[in-house]
Amino acid sequence: MSDTYDTPDTRDMLDRTRQGVIGQPLDRPEGPLKVAGQATYAAEYARENCAEGVLVGATISTGRVTAIHKDEVLAMPGVLGVYAAPQMLRRPAQGTAGEAPLQDPSRVDYPLQPVALVVAETFEQATAAAKALRIDYDDASDKARFLPTQETAEAAKEPVTAGDLEAALRDAAHVIDANFTTPGHASAAMEPHAAVAEWDGDDLTLWGSLQMIAFNVAELADSLGIDPKHVRILSPYVGGGFGSKLGISHEAVAASLAARELGRPVRVVMSRQLVFQSIMRRSETVQRIRLGAGADGRLTAFGHEALVSNLPEESFSEPVTQASEFLYAGDNRLLGVRKSDITRLTAGSVRAPGEAVGMQALEVAMDELAIATNLDPVELRKRNLPETVPGQGTPYSSRRLVEALDAGAAAFGWDQRSPTPCARREGEWWIGMGMSSAARVNILAKAEARVTLTAQGHVVVETDHTDIGTGSYAIFGQIAAEMLGQPIDRTTVKLGDSLLPAGSGSGGSWGASSTGSAVFYACEAIRATLAQALGCSADQLILKDGQAWAEGVDARPVTDLLTEDLTRTGKIEPGELMEKVNQSTYGAFFCEVAVNAFTGETRLRRMTGAFGFGRVLNAKTARSQCIGGMVWGIGSALTEELSFDARDGHLVNHDLAEYHVPVHADIPPMEVILLEERDADASPLQSKGVGELGICGAAGAIANAIYNACGVRLRDFPMTPDKLLADLPDPFAPAA
Amino acid sequence: MKAFDYSRAEATADAVGQSARLIAGGTNLLDLMKLEVETPEALLDITRIGLNAIDAEGEGLRIGALVSNSDAAADPRIRRDWPLLSRAILAGASPQLRNKATMGGNLCQRTRCGYFMDNRSACNKREPGSGCAAIGGVNRNHAILGASSDCIATYPGDMAVALSALQAVVHTERPEGAREIPMRHFHRLPGDTPQQDNHLESGEVITAISLPAPLGGRQIYRKVRDRASYAFALVSVAAALRMEEGRIASVHLAFGGVAHTPWTNDHVDELLTGERPSPALFDKAADLLLEDAQGQGHNDFKIPLLRRALAAVLAEATGE
Repeated sequence: MSDTYDTPDTRDMLDRTRQGVIGQPLDRPEGPLKVAGQATYAAEYARENCAEGVLVGATISTGRVTAIHKDEVLAMPGVLGVYAAPQMLRRPAQGTAGEAPLQDPSRVDYPLQPVALVVAETFEQATAAAKALRIDYDDASDKARFLPTQETAEAAKEPVTAGDLEAALRDAAHVIDANFTTPGHASAAMEPHAAVAEWDGDDLTLWGSLQMIAFNVAELADSLGIDPKHVRILSPYVGGGFGSKLGISHEAVAASLAARELGRPVRVVMSRQLVFQSIMRRSETVQRIRLGAGADGRLTAFGHEALVSNLPEESFSEPVTQASEFLYAGDNRLLGVRKSDITRLTAGSVRAPGEAVGMQALEVAMDELAIATNLDPVELRKRNLPETVPGQGTPYSSRRLVEALDAGAAAFGWDQRSPTPCARREGEWWIGMGMSSAARVNILAKAEARVTLTAQGHVVVETDHTDIGTGSYAIFGQIAAEMLGQPIDRTTVKLGDSLLPAGSGSGGSWGASSTGSAVFYACEAIRATLAQALGCSADQLILKDGQAWAEGVDARPVTDLLTEDLTRTGKIEPGELMEKVNQSTYGAFFCEVAVNAFTGETRLRRMTGAFGFGRVLNAKTARSQCIGGMVWGIGSALTEELSFDARDGHLVNHDLAEYHVPVHADIPPMEVILLEERDADASPLQSKGVGELGICGAAGAIANAIYNACGVRLRDFPMTPDKLLADLPDPFAPAA
Repeated sequence: MKAFDYSRAEATADAVGQSARLIAGGTNLLDLMKLEVETPEALLDITRIGLNAIDAEGEGLRIGALVSNSDAAADPRIRRDWPLLSRAILAGASPQLRNKATMGGNLCQRTRCGYFMDNRSACNKREPGSGCAAIGGVNRNHAILGASSDCIATYPGDMAVALSALQAVVHTERPEGAREIPMRHFHRLPGDTPQQDNHLESGEVITAISLPAPLGGRQIYRKVRDRASYAFALVSVAAALRMEEGRIASVHLAFGGVAHTPWTNDHVDELLTGERPSPALFDKAADLLLEDAQGQGHNDFKIPLLRRALAAVLAEATGE
């Protein structure tokens, strides 16, 4: 039987099972360990006789290393070695690469690129030696380009075109033609990148902080030039990834090489600064959005073009127009992303690549169109939901955008909004409301999982899948408990070990649905065996609280049906449905902001998000994901910006004091509405991904609320006070 | 972090005249040592020398140099009679940092200029004579007043801005005896020696900060920042202002985030004194305050921002 998912599973299996745990807002089983400091993170694995490694960053922007004065530091106390092997990484691996990224750190591609590893008995000794290490360079920085330009850019992929955009714009009753800019972002995961490497003969064990173990094994083995079967990676707990740990990075390869050379374990923990400077950035974007609509607000023309950047030779380009391809109508289209090669650290996947920045611009442009057409912004969006994907004719799977718009508007009190800016003033503050749609592509990824029903009736789920704080432990347990009719406390989930079957990995919002589907299939196989033992068909089998029965068949303890542990493996691969049906997730944001009439400071006062993403597998973790996404949206709207020095491409704000993610005081009461739906096109669980949806468009709602508050239309993110000052109305003038 | 000698002082006298760097809360110094921006050969821990009481002194208050920022901000006398100080302290850092940070140490915190904190960049403050990479670089949070061609860094703190408005005095001990430095003259402009943040001499120890009799009136600390907490001021305004019969009877202003020092300008205070508040008056005060203001590119916005923040504070303080 093929593992590809080609036919929608419309059996509503998880609605017919009886255990009743699927979807429940269960706590994460690993939560108590994490809050008590008992969950072990990569750097905390204490291996006997472990040496400490510290990476050294290049002091030039680009060029070559010509000499490393190792001898000077080898004489320092405790120093064991200085490594700059050609296998060491020059760049981190992109997500799902599954092969070595660019190696050989003697070629310097960007400022602070790790070029050497210093290993010593203690972290302090290694740090001192790393700081003291003299390196000579052939500096080619004067030939480098540090700023992206249209002139140097090339199409990242074939533009999406349909009809005649220019002609449609000429004929449109209303036209919006606006330019937007978004800065670079950092993933800013709490746990810095870290690796502990230990060899046993030819076999390497690496404790790392990684999101996608099976890919990471392949990447590490390829980098080291060894067979993947000799590599074991353990990453049971991950302190946030946000894309930065999709692929392996410098520390993993450097630790492995040094450990092999020294014949003892080596730990490499990257400093916060070096994580910022050398791991992965989201590209800054320059976007032009052109919308043409009839007098009734219906879109006839849709243009979305973006300029992004990366290092030369990188295949990744921020997919800015990803949601623009399917979200709104407009038969005449031009969507395209161009990439300019520049000398800055590698650009890659950071929290909802594409939509996070593309949607925030698009949703501002839609707000501008709502004003131009004198339509309520909610109504404008409803009028522009196409029957099939424009220009492609592909049908949509479940799409509860209208319901999200309505439910969000009702819960938020959208009818209280004045469409006129500067209508509400409270003391020094202008108060305004804004909204936007949320949209994000949904992806099913290849995954495998093993489930065992023990002879004692205990359920064990095993996969190399990671839990990056998203709820994997809870959700996979719920799926198995639901399918096998066991209480959740008789369920154990083991994750993050490459010896286990390869899950999809955590990234692209696909983890729960993809690996969850593999868990589902493994459970189905177990159910088939149980049904046979009970003497009924699998369809008829009912399992609940450890009992099995069927219509006309008396209930028996499941353990009576088992003579030994029952282990089955489930597999899934994306199939034709990924191509034939547009599967996306949708939602709507509503928010209220206060803008200080004097200083231009924006403070969010409340925010509501309503989301539809297929079946809700765990209402608590799903809600947390939505809130987390909205918080990142707030950061993108108001505070986050990587600041690069235009003279040499180095990152100036490289820690959490100077790179401003939102803090608690920035986050007001957040309301999340989960819209239950079933999407059989997406997965047998009928679920889709929710991890990133809460980001996608959120910043646009805030921009629109700022406009509604004070009449300043901002298209340059983040919307810090300096950008409002020039256009704010006289603070002493009374409200309109 | 470079290896260093560590010793502990038992009394103030042990610390006076020593070449070792003094460490109390260490909330800034340790960070800079990890970055090797600061590389002291010896640290002298002064956390056990006392100086941690807040005592009445006539109508004023004497705050020991080792009183924690948290304790000072929570002191009922400070909250009642010098609320500006409490508010400014609470506007800065985080509870954890304020628990560790001391009054004396807070005055000595160093700029957060990204080039100062990055050893590979030119910085006259860190390495005299190496140049100033912030000029022409990322300088959004740099000085608009009193900068020099050698340094455009700002003093980053909030507390000292409030203390400047409150006419506080810094008490120190030197080998040759005690001295008092008005808060307004404690820090110095960079000139061509930006490596010196303030007028403390080598071996001089801050022992206390004294507040004169309460100024009364409205006291406001307005910190404009990029996020609601845990961010340095883009600009800040400290004001202690008293109204009488519809006129400004007295006003003491100080400004943060705009210069190498907490910025004060007696002429601005004088211009406002005796006048009836109005937006036009606030504008005149801002004109005078910003007469010599100079942006560096990214921070040009601080000039209109400071004008507007001053207007907001004066409007609130005068009830205009």
